Amino acid sequence: MIDSLTRPDPDQIRRWLEDVPDPEVPAVSVMDLGIVRDVQWDSDELVVAITPTYSGCPATSVIAFEIEAALRARGIDRLRIERRLSPPWTTDWVTQEGRRRLEAYGIAPPAENAGGPSPFDRLLRKPLVIACPRCKSENTSRISEFGSTPCKAQYRCDDCLEPFDYFKCI
Amino acid sequence: MNAQDSLFEYLLRLGDNALILGHRLSEWCGHSPALEEDLALSNVALDLIGQTQLWLNLAGEVEGKGRDADKLAYLRDARDFRNVLLVEQPNGDFAVTMARQFYFDAWHYLLLRELTGSKDSRIAEIAAKSLKEVTYHLERSQEWVLRLGDGTEESHRRMQTAIDDLWMYTGELFESDEIDRAMVQEGLGPDLATLHEPWLGLVRSTAEEATLSLPQPGWAQKGGKRGIHSEHLGYILADLQFLQRAYPNATW
Repeated sequence: MIDSLTRPDPDQIRRWLEDVPDPEVPAVSVMDLGIVRDVQWDSDELVVAITPTYSGCPATSVIAFEIEAALRARGIDRLRIERRLSPPWTTDWVTQEGRRRLEAYGIAPPAENAGGPSPFDRLLRKPLVIACPRCKSENTSRISEFGSTPCKAQYRCDDCLEPFDYFKCI
Repeated sequence: MNAQDSLFEYLLRLGDNALILGHRLSEWCGHSPALEEDLALSNVALDLIGQTQLWLNLAGEVEGKGRDADKLAYLRDARDFRNVLLVEQPNGDFAVTMARQFYFDAWHYLLLRELTGSKDSRIAEIAAKSLKEVTYHLERSQEWVLRLGDGTEESHRRMQTAIDDLWMYTGELFESDEIDRAMVQEGLGPDLATLHEPWLGLVRSTAEEATLSLPQPGWAQKGGKRGIHSEHLGYILADLQFLQRAYPNATW
């Protein structure tokens, strides 16, 4: 039984969540991705707010399940996972550590500053320069705007010829 | 019709557009011309199905009769669907699918952008989330219209045919009825007529760059928003709803 004296503080809980991997990209944690928006106690119940990366991302329910399992294993028996839509998730919330881990895993991290000109200002849009996570060459081409999960696009390195995923900006 | 009924209808329109187009795109899964396109079409479908859940769950909440997104998607008949006719049109060849997508994405983008300013924060939140996804959809469908229009003789011919054939379904996107007007009055949604000029601007400049000619404005086929659909919707629902109809309340 957790009471106000023994309950772990939210910062401690956040550190525990750094060990919960994203189910689709296990190299990064749910904290690295910035999808845990809030952790706080509501009297003796812990409330964890998470936000989906993409509205149809099938990993969202798995993530909720894994967070719950990880915290129960730490002895937190009363908890509630809340889904929060606003503000919408942005790749700007991926931490520096998360970006480093993505690249080490072979996924080019998102270009910084999500957003940019709207498709209605096409002439203002410039092709992104995405470096190959393997050889770091910037001589790369986009194969497809969409990849193996909603959050990724497919690129190819024109120097080392490695095809790779790019974690796209949103 | 009271304010609550109008809002429910309006949310059904938003949800049904995403649901039916998402279903159409998912029909490509395993049949696309290339693996990358298979993934891309399925990803766009997935985004749209995710948006469907958000809109239809909110619709069910507003209706207050205990229906959630699943019940609304699986247990309504064709006359109760409120999607525009454009999204239920058959996939045809790849050019038809991309032309349909481009017409829709450009409108969808403009509509969602306006809805982010809705006085109903639930609508504004869903719109803000969806807009990020739809931005990618639009960039991609626009690129395909350019690629195929300004491509080979064969791809040009097919894209021109697609642009022509689907044109008559675009008029419905900008027409307002009493429900749209009620939304404007309450500050919940935009006047659809105001989306026409920016939409046409983008479609026209894209067509020009793609060496395609745009049809003249003319007679528009409409009815979907009121539940009067083309024959295609029934077949979509037969496929989409079969499991829940045959095995009521089956769960995954």
